[in-house]
Amino acid sequence: MNLALSEEQEMLKTMARDFLADKLPKATVKEMEESEEGYSAELWKEMAGLGWMGLAFPEKYGGSDMSFLDLAMLLEEMGRACLPGPYFSTVVLSGFTILDVGTDEQKDEYLPKISSGEAIFTLALTEPSASYKESGIETKAAAEGGNYVISGTKLFVPDANVADYMLVAAKTGKGVTLFIVDARSPGISTTVLKTIANDKLCEVVFDKVKVSKDNILGKLDQGWKEIEKIIQRAAVGKCCEMTGCIQQALDMTVEYAKDRKQYGHPIGSFQVIQHYCADMATDVDGTRLSTYQAAWMLSEGLPCAQEVAIAKAWAGEACPRVMALAHQIHGAIGVTIDHDLQYYTRRAKAAEVSFGDASFYQDVVAKEMGL
Amino acid sequence: MDFRLSEGQEKFRQEVRDFLEGEIKQGLWEPTCDAWIMGHDPEFTKRVAKKGWIGLTWPKEYGGQGRSYIDRLILTEEMLRYGAPAACHWFADRQIGGAVVHYGTDEQKKELLPMILKGEAYVGLGMSEPDAGSDLASLKTKATEDGDDFIIDGQKTWTSGGSKMNWIYLVARTDPDAPKHKGISEFFFSTDLPGISVAPIEDITGGVHFNEVFFENVRIPKTCLIGVRNKGFYQILNQLDYERSGMERLMANYPLFDALIQYTRETRRNGKPLSQDPLIRSKLAQLKIGLEIGRMHMYRVAMVMDEGRAPNWESSMSKVYGTAFEQRLAGTAIEILGLYGQLAPESKWAPMRGMAYHSYLSSKGYSLQAGSSEVLKNIMAQRKLELPSQ
Repeated sequence: MNLALSEEQEMLKTMARDFLADKLPKATVKEMEESEEGYSAELWKEMAGLGWMGLAFPEKYGGSDMSFLDLAMLLEEMGRACLPGPYFSTVVLSGFTILDVGTDEQKDEYLPKISSGEAIFTLALTEPSASYKESGIETKAAAEGGNYVISGTKLFVPDANVADYMLVAAKTGKGVTLFIVDARSPGISTTVLKTIANDKLCEVVFDKVKVSKDNILGKLDQGWKEIEKIIQRAAVGKCCEMTGCIQQALDMTVEYAKDRKQYGHPIGSFQVIQHYCADMATDVDGTRLSTYQAAWMLSEGLPCAQEVAIAKAWAGEACPRVMALAHQIHGAIGVTIDHDLQYYTRRAKAAEVSFGDASFYQDVVAKEMGL
Repeated sequence: MDFRLSEGQEKFRQEVRDFLEGEIKQGLWEPTCDAWIMGHDPEFTKRVAKKGWIGLTWPKEYGGQGRSYIDRLILTEEMLRYGAPAACHWFADRQIGGAVVHYGTDEQKKELLPMILKGEAYVGLGMSEPDAGSDLASLKTKATEDGDDFIIDGQKTWTSGGSKMNWIYLVARTDPDAPKHKGISEFFFSTDLPGISVAPIEDITGGVHFNEVFFENVRIPKTCLIGVRNKGFYQILNQLDYERSGMERLMANYPLFDALIQYTRETRRNGKPLSQDPLIRSKLAQLKIGLEIGRMHMYRVAMVMDEGRAPNWESSMSKVYGTAFEQRLAGTAIEILGLYGQLAPESKWAPMRGMAYHSYLSSKGYSLQAGSSEVLKNIMAQRKLELPSQ
């Protein structure tokens, strides 16, 4: 057993932290949030230049052949920096899925485009049912000659407004199938929703969208098995972001408590504040430990339904506790729109409910316990 | 990063499990909450000693096994999982032996360590006093030099293991004129001496594991001093990191968790097993999640110790977390049992041998022993987060 990061992971993490601290002051985050696209094409190119898109993909697809665990370090730093944009959608939700179940032709075609930053992908999974279960999928793909025709409404689709391609989950004859769909196909209409994180979650309506059967990703009717893996990977990815997010909230809070004086003393010298900070640190460390465990297991290809569930369920409850205390200690300044803390509060909440909230994963744990 | 235990460690865990299951099958004892501190069974301790499982982490030259703290954590985790009656050797194994290894003279090592390894030292921990709890450094028990001896006078309280002890680890003031942290020394001696008297304190469960211990002109040879005279407070701070570090701060009432799951499977309410009630499932899953997060904290602490660092804030964090978890487990168990939760172990109709009742009451002390959660949070705030003390 060994909890230490490798030298490469330490380097990657430090490099990412420095880069994002430099390129992404909160004013820039604000601009990106308020822009129509929700990201900066310039920063996107720089990230691709650093090799971040293809980090965990094989070299032959323009990647760096690193692992999911290595990527986890990067995601943590993205959470710490509140990076907006379609990185998660492109790499975690889509790239890994193509790598996992794509045909050689699909991998050859799409993965280099992801690695180079040329294409933005997303996953159109959830629907108005807001469910992460197979029964929540009502969008249909009907076979018609050599094509499929997709109709239905997808909801909470991240970054669909800027995506070049979408992986779409739709009901086929005997199950659910994943399709790679050109986002500019006729019949697709996208509306950006206004969300707590100011990210670009969209409603995407598919009105008789024609897709070639060659664009089936994975096996016909058996897509749900892969979708479960996507959800698992995404849940761990969100845990990484949440770890970075609450670590930064804790760091900011401790700094504030050292500086802010009342009654002639830094408020951080008061026991109540110290205890709050200790509680926050305990929640942050529990989140990180369980997140790393899940990320490591995923990375090693070990079965980890329970460990993933524990990490996301824990993070889902720890994050609001940490953010509540961060606000309490910051006092009134922390609830102003001009203070950085609000970025973390909003993003933490979005991450909590994405890809399974605490009660969703408590149910998974109960099942794993044999209850 | 690697979250796997080694093959040898997995094998060791299995060996410990086989041993403990064998003991239970023979009817030698049954799993009990708090057995690490209340289950005094000298014969069990001897059998554990024979396996070489006392002093697991001590260097081989002192009769230990030279194994890692992770190995010891595996051992203690299984002892706690099975609720084994390990109280006779727990303190000596956990911290006193280590203190002797660390601070003792060669003579002390030769004399004291074999006795601990054989499972013959039932040690009481003489730290707190009526007016020195969290503020341990204000203790008043005196050790006055007299020729080749020290004379001990004073009173200890909440002395864990006091009623069964044959040896005591005592913290006493050796320099009344020095600032309070700088006049304290540590001693380790047999309690078979004139002038020592023990008065049991009945705890909230009706059990006795801590005591008042009175010292009246107790003469001990100077060779009982452990480490450096007047540096005892600094030594004890280091020892406390170890005292707080263990799995007993997360799994002292683990037998209740197992029994509770079993109970919800076997008990039907409103026509279906309790384990199928969504609310109860959610509560049990939350406990399982809390337990696993706690285990990770504990393994981290062991890893820090294996790196040769004292786990000062890490063990504070794991203990605060762990004891809060145990209290939640006990509370949740009572909630799930409803009316049955109030039945005492000896009562007719008591489910799960009254473990929920016992644990609910006994777990109130968990967040006080070995550093109250409040003191430990101060340690985290000041040592990890570097918040100012003033």
